[in-house]
Amino acid sequence: MSNSPKTMFDKIWEDHVVYSEDGKQTILYIDLHLIHEVTSPQAFEGLRLSGRKVRRPERTFATVDHNVPTTDRHLPILDPISRQQVETLRANCRDFGIQLFDLTDPRQGIVHVIGPELGLTLPGMTIVCGDSHTSTHGALGALAFGIGTSEVEHVLATQTLLQEKPKTLELRIDGPLAPGVTAKDLILYLIRSLGPQGGIGFCIEYTGSTIRGLSMEERMTVCNMSIEAGARAGMIAPDEKTLEYLRGRPFAPKGEAFEQAVKRWQGLPSDPGAKFDRSLLFEAARIEPQVSWGTNLGQVASISERVPDPAQFADPVERQAAEKALEYMGLEPGTPIESIRIDRVFIGSCTNGRIEDLRQAAAVVRGYRIAPHVSAMVVPGSGLVKRQAEQEGLDRIFREAGFEWREPGCSMCLAMNPDRLEPGQRCASTTNRNFEGRQGKGGRTHLVSPGMAAAAAVMGHFVDVRRWEYK
Amino acid sequence: MEPFRCHSGKVALLDRANVDTDQIIPKQFLKRIERSGFGPFLFYDWRYREDGSPNPEFELNWPEFQGASILVTRRNFGCGSSREHAPWALSDYGFRVLIAPSFADIFHNNCFKNGMLPVVLSEADVEQIFCQARQHLPYELTVDLENCQISDRYGLAFEFRVDEFRRRCLLEGLDDIGLTLQHEDKITAYEKRRGII
Repeated sequence: MSNSPKTMFDKIWEDHVVYSEDGKQTILYIDLHLIHEVTSPQAFEGLRLSGRKVRRPERTFATVDHNVPTTDRHLPILDPISRQQVETLRANCRDFGIQLFDLTDPRQGIVHVIGPELGLTLPGMTIVCGDSHTSTHGALGALAFGIGTSEVEHVLATQTLLQEKPKTLELRIDGPLAPGVTAKDLILYLIRSLGPQGGIGFCIEYTGSTIRGLSMEERMTVCNMSIEAGARAGMIAPDEKTLEYLRGRPFAPKGEAFEQAVKRWQGLPSDPGAKFDRSLLFEAARIEPQVSWGTNLGQVASISERVPDPAQFADPVERQAAEKALEYMGLEPGTPIESIRIDRVFIGSCTNGRIEDLRQAAAVVRGYRIAPHVSAMVVPGSGLVKRQAEQEGLDRIFREAGFEWREPGCSMCLAMNPDRLEPGQRCASTTNRNFEGRQGKGGRTHLVSPGMAAAAAVMGHFVDVRRWEYK
Repeated sequence: MEPFRCHSGKVALLDRANVDTDQIIPKQFLKRIERSGFGPFLFYDWRYREDGSPNPEFELNWPEFQGASILVTRRNFGCGSSREHAPWALSDYGFRVLIAPSFADIFHNNCFKNGMLPVVLSEADVEQIFCQARQHLPYELTVDLENCQISDRYGLAFEFRVDEFRRRCLLEGLDDIGLTLQHEDKITAYEKRRGII
């Protein structure tokens, strides 16, 4: 290996190469494999058919999140197919010796919320999961990305993956975010700037003073949505905040082992002068609260803007996409974003279902009632987030305002469980995808920050949370 | 895995960009625990009307695209969720080749694992196929992976590039896990070096 300056990505990649040969894909070692009920059953079936075992069950952790109900956990799952998937995961974990954070475990939750929160996710690791939002874990300085089920089987059997080395993209953001502008607005703005395919083939490293100023949970929100720009992974260099966050987490190293690990982690950040394949600069001060208006992540506007006119898109493919999106979303060009009326509000998901997100939303909601025509729901990202929120009395604030307070899971982010939009319903959602039908067939999703979603719940339409009167 | 060498077949045109895997296979069909049988649910929300009958406005229901095994579409196909159910559904429906200006990374990977060939061509080349196909419906293409060429009977011909390792895996129908396990000694050596075992 040469002594030229290296990016953090290069360092982590090189540390995990088991075997590489010109013209072949690299065999990359995987430190942590997270699995859930939806993308794993066929992988275990494959193992059984070929008589293979799980190579490193102690590096594999499972939870149930995608299809589980968010209502009473003491009742059996009503949907027989969901129940079968959950039971299949239980049997697979039992047969192959994998630790499962099951439905009644207080640590159960969305896989990308519990990984960092339990200290499973550590700097310098390679982490994979059969879920595209695995990029979340990059917030701690890990190389983390989503994989398909065939690759899940490959990792189970070999604890490695065949990979082509991605290119590196630095997104540098400098300056403070304006009050009321959040990590969610930042990442929506970046994806909008890059386009929904701008990151294909890249691993993103987020750098700059804005990123350094973000809390760990805010960094997770940013890295979480890297995939929405097409990037496989997003990462942020570990710093003092990262170490503070990790100290004392149940699965993180303890005592002397932690101090030893810190020494290794301190060598991870990209070296001064390290070359990225591409670098882009952004100013945080220009960013306003963001609201998606269409059905892909390039279709996002600032709260002060209007729904765009497709005729003004120069690119015919983008123009056609905008026309289709407005038709699906039931929006007219030129409509001020603030005048868009909503029916539903969803606060939760691996993007914005952590304690800071719930605090942000609760601060807006405190002392208000949601609009009479709106129904609103908070789904904490994990059992531990839920417990923390209840200790802080956030559940009471939400309930008194008219929100439903639910059990943890992915819920209405992808609507595999009973939580979903009805056709035509319009939702302010703190989730990550505004695709057609994502939150229920015919449902219309507008992606926003937790504060913006909470304010929309109260007013019944979008408002600029920067002008909110906190009570 | 079934080897892929050369395939000739009928083309279906899907003139849409950023088609996400939620559209390719909606979430209500992700609860199955098998790999097979997803074809009838491909593009479900676009393909069927409320009463379950085929939606005549959706491209794949057009008579000229019946029996298609090559899908030509626009940029960023397969974006979003990592669900391998998307390539399973496309493959089960009968597609062997997908052609677009770009594919989302995870989807692109997942195709190769299922013996389906995603071909990346320039926006201009894809546009030319769209034009050519619309003039000659029903339209057929031949996709030759051994020579990395796409051609039709009217003289249109493009070369394409595929990662050499993946090309060989497809040509020979190789199983990734089996290939990696040929290097098991190296995995064990790595684990020893790292103190993992």
